Amino acid sequence: MRQRSLIAITAALAAGALTLTACGSRDSGDKGSDSGNGGGSTVVIGVDSPLTGDLSAMGLGIKNSADLAVQKANKQKFVKGVTFKIEALDDQAQPSAGQQNASKLVSEQEVLGVVGPLNSSVAESMQKVFDDAKLVEVSPANTGPALTQGQDWQNKKVRPYKAYFRTATTDAIQGPFAAQYVFNTAKKKKVFVIDDKKTYGSGLAATFTEEFKKLGGKVVGTEHINPDAKDFSAVATKVKNSGAQVVYYGGEYPQAGPLSKQIKAAGAKIPLVGGDGIKDDTFMKLAGAEATGDLATSVGAPVEDLPSAKQFVSDYKAAGYKEDYSAYGGYAYDSAWAIIEAVKKVVDANGGKLPSDARAKVTEAMQNVSFDGVTGKVSFDEYGDATNKQLTVYAVKNGAWVPVKSGTYTG
Amino acid sequence: MNELPQQLVNGLLLGSMYGLVAIGYTMVYGIVQLINFAHGEIFMTGAFGALTVWLWLPGGTSMWIALPLMIIGAVIVAVAIAVGAERFAYRPLRNAPRLAPLITAIGLSLALQQAVWAWYPEAKSARTFPQIAGGPFEIGSVTIQTGDIFLVVAAPISMAVLAWFVMKTRTGRGMQATAQDPDTAKLMGVNTDRIIVIAFALGAAFAAVGAVAYGLKYGEINFRMGFILGLKAFTAAVLGGIGNIYGAMIGGVVLGVAETLATAYIADIPGMDKFGSQSWADVWAFVLLILVLLFRPQGLLGERVADRA
Repeated sequence: MRQRSLIAITAALAAGALTLTACGSRDSGDKGSDSGNGGGSTVVIGVDSPLTGDLSAMGLGIKNSADLAVQKANKQKFVKGVTFKIEALDDQAQPSAGQQNASKLVSEQEVLGVVGPLNSSVAESMQKVFDDAKLVEVSPANTGPALTQGQDWQNKKVRPYKAYFRTATTDAIQGPFAAQYVFNTAKKKKVFVIDDKKTYGSGLAATFTEEFKKLGGKVVGTEHINPDAKDFSAVATKVKNSGAQVVYYGGEYPQAGPLSKQIKAAGAKIPLVGGDGIKDDTFMKLAGAEATGDLATSVGAPVEDLPSAKQFVSDYKAAGYKEDYSAYGGYAYDSAWAIIEAVKKVVDANGGKLPSDARAKVTEAMQNVSFDGVTGKVSFDEYGDATNKQLTVYAVKNGAWVPVKSGTYTG
Repeated sequence: MNELPQQLVNGLLLGSMYGLVAIGYTMVYGIVQLINFAHGEIFMTGAFGALTVWLWLPGGTSMWIALPLMIIGAVIVAVAIAVGAERFAYRPLRNAPRLAPLITAIGLSLALQQAVWAWYPEAKSARTFPQIAGGPFEIGSVTIQTGDIFLVVAAPISMAVLAWFVMKTRTGRGMQATAQDPDTAKLMGVNTDRIIVIAFALGAAFAAVGAVAYGLKYGEINFRMGFILGLKAFTAAVLGGIGNIYGAMIGGVVLGVAETLATAYIADIPGMDKFGSQSWADVWAFVLLILVLLFRPQGLLGERVADRA
């Protein structure tokens, strides 16, 4: 009997350990590097993204790009008398860690804006904290429509939080755009839809499925995977036997890579299509050589092709960051710059000084921010969504993402 | 096309890997009644040991030469850490209340994860693991991946070696004696401290083989890979009857097959389509565990106490 109860206690402890590891938060200690503007006041721009773990490639790209924007603003003395700094916190892609970071940023008076997070599910846990503090949050990467248009966004759009903005387009546009490409351009009529049950993945899969069916395509199977899993062989066998011509995956690259690899290994030589969450170079590393032909949609025109982005790419290289700017670098830069623009508006309107209720003023000013950013014209509509609705389809070719079609989604 | 044979093979492969790791839980538990929660992390360090050997070898080395060296590297790292853990974390607590070493094990598990995260180069996100070249093998309607061949070969050999060791060698019989009654075994001249160290080392060696199989199968390893797999392997050990080495392997295979079949077939049962996807597979696996423990609290093979080691 003693041993039995020991096992029970052990199981309980195991569950506890699981929660504990999920909650642990690490401060990266990375602060902004430039402070050459002596005197004046300091404005901190918080950055929240996964700096460690599976999604760190994208998270570090966001951090570095925001840092680049801040350095540039300081160098140009873009806002007189104000020195910008970033404070980067690690959310490990966990909503609980994200909320802790949000509370921490709210408690620091110098923080006037936050860039992040990467994950829609993390954003859900942070929005209210920021909104209550009237602290503006600009996400470079969240694509869940409900974040800006309310849970019932398909029928009645209601903006839930006034302090939340994003430079990324939503799944409501990205999913259908992918469906149109797959059906009309790639001429695939039978699809197997897989998602990871997270806010981002299931949202994307749902909007894709709806549009694909509307176009006349057939969904031959659906599957939901566990984001902790690495073994997808059972799912891969199902895909093979379903006779699908293409797999649509709503989720991110840490699962998409092995999934693509295992589907091809099971004998189904069909492309895997995903959203911006799989458009990272790590995807190729995980998926191996057979990934050639896999597709991903991503918001905006290819950063490398935009004339406005050339400067960003060369500045990023010159700054010597260790990590790549990844899928959201340009958007993170624009998000940080939008905050800087808003701060400038507020400071200019207040006679060159920060007002006492700077947070609320910055949030208000954000609504009317408009400038030419890395990813094109940056401005926000009445819900806080980016007005830029440009999307691009990328394909894997020779181990790299190559843009194949760029367009504007019109509905 | 009938997908049952393929799904059974998928489950068998997954289960063999659970089994290799489960042996470590069951051997240590059989001898010192300690659930070594750091075992999943020992598995993980084994994988990084193998990767280190690969990175150290000159580029382009044939897998036929590299693989044995990688296994040796994995085993050395895993065994060194397991033996060190036994000596410095568990032995001082040998006579402490049961919960003390258990908490120590959980602490050690977190410490090992964080150590690899902090100090192994570029281990903050997944690292790619070398692959065996060559196409998949088709046997009838069943496809076996090149990376899985290693598992197909290594798992039965490991089991056979272990069974021979425990049943036929002097040390192995010493282990059985210690498992049955440590105090009497000591009086009969068995060096129990040594036996316990050997149990930790053997468990770690099998976990290291499992870790190489994991790397070859999935093509990537990361600092958190041991956590979920360790929990699954622990479940497999309980399912098979903790303390029984054959039980660990059988428990692993049953668990792996159950997960795979749940993914493949539950959704086809009318009215169950919501509960059939892969994200529900773990739930069904644990439903099975609860059912087995309800009717056989000692696990599938738990009654063969003489085989405990």
